[in-house]
Amino acid sequence: MIKFFSNSNIFFWIEKLTNFINSIFFIVLLVAISFALILSPPDYLQGDSVRIMYVHVPAAWIGLASFFCIALLSLVNFIFKIKNFNLISKSIAPIGLVFTCLAIITGSLWGQPTWGTFWVWDARITSMLILAIFYIIFILSYKLISDQKKADKISSFVAIIGSINLPIIKYSVDWWNTLHQPASIKILGASSIHSSMLVPLFLMFFVLILYCALIFLMKYKTEIIRIKKKNLKRL
Amino acid sequence: MLTKKVKKRVSLLSLVLILSVISIFLILRSLTSNILYFQSPTDIKNNNDINFNKKMRVGGMVKKNSITINDKEIKFIITDFDNELKVSYSGTVPNLFSEEKGVVAEGRLQDKKFFVADRILAKHDENYMPPELKEIIKKDVK
Repeated sequence: MIKFFSNSNIFFWIEKLTNFINSIFFIVLLVAISFALILSPPDYLQGDSVRIMYVHVPAAWIGLASFFCIALLSLVNFIFKIKNFNLISKSIAPIGLVFTCLAIITGSLWGQPTWGTFWVWDARITSMLILAIFYIIFILSYKLISDQKKADKISSFVAIIGSINLPIIKYSVDWWNTLHQPASIKILGASSIHSSMLVPLFLMFFVLILYCALIFLMKYKTEIIRIKKKNLKRL
Repeated sequence: MLTKKVKKRVSLLSLVLILSVISIFLILRSLTSNILYFQSPTDIKNNNDINFNKKMRVGGMVKKNSITINDKEIKFIITDFDNELKVSYSGTVPNLFSEEKGVVAEGRLQDKKFFVADRILAKHDENYMPPELKEIIKKDVK
């Protein structure tokens, strides 16, 4: 695994994967959007504003999952000092930040018609905001600290401490009274979303994952190029 | 693979992690009353030192057949199926506000049984389904 990532023909694989994702991306996107916007039924209570969920929920999942990946890679990197892991977590961070912000924004757009407010300081929403702040600190620690080794150390430390926030986000709706509703989709047991709405949800999730992979591969490529040409200025 | 340096880093990291988890746990525990977004009618009944001048939020279900609307105000009852609280409110309510649905009211307690709200938020539950299915479920219940 480690050997694969440090392999010199990594560019070949990145190119191949990117081309593959590019070839299927727009077809999957069209299918998912037509399911989400046209073919799926409106909700019995919220009407058409349920369609915001098809972006909101996958965006929140991706935001959480990317931070989990970053934390895991940082943990291994902090202990065993594998340089490539640093590059990978550095390439994941911007996408994670974008999707966390997207979850917050779409959530507040959904909140206005249904709850009657754009923003409340309840446990779920506040902890999500803290996740976004951790992403920003993580990215800033690369941009602001010029000493590479020090930057690696501090950023992986930020990611490890920030990972404590992840279970708090997940279980905030169960531990405390929140305005945000509890989880509809459970890993064990039946989900409380009707199957005609689950199909577009998972399709949209798949599309957004593909998009993430695409952006990640592009970012990872530039990071490797930057390493190979040491004299390239920090962007 | 497990050199001395690695072992040192592992022990340092686990120490920091355990300490920070414990401290965050303690902070969250002591802040529980602030993190709770709303209180239930039972919380209010059991709480003996309520500050009646302070703004607070109460949440629960809107009791069935309890909404009465006249030209000045909306009155309804919030219930958590153990205790109830009468609420009076004048203003617009969100779309999802209806009987047997979750609601959060923000305002001041007049006494332990009566609450004057100046903002109403609807709480959505975790169920999503198309309207036709809801009709079927309604018929089954009847």
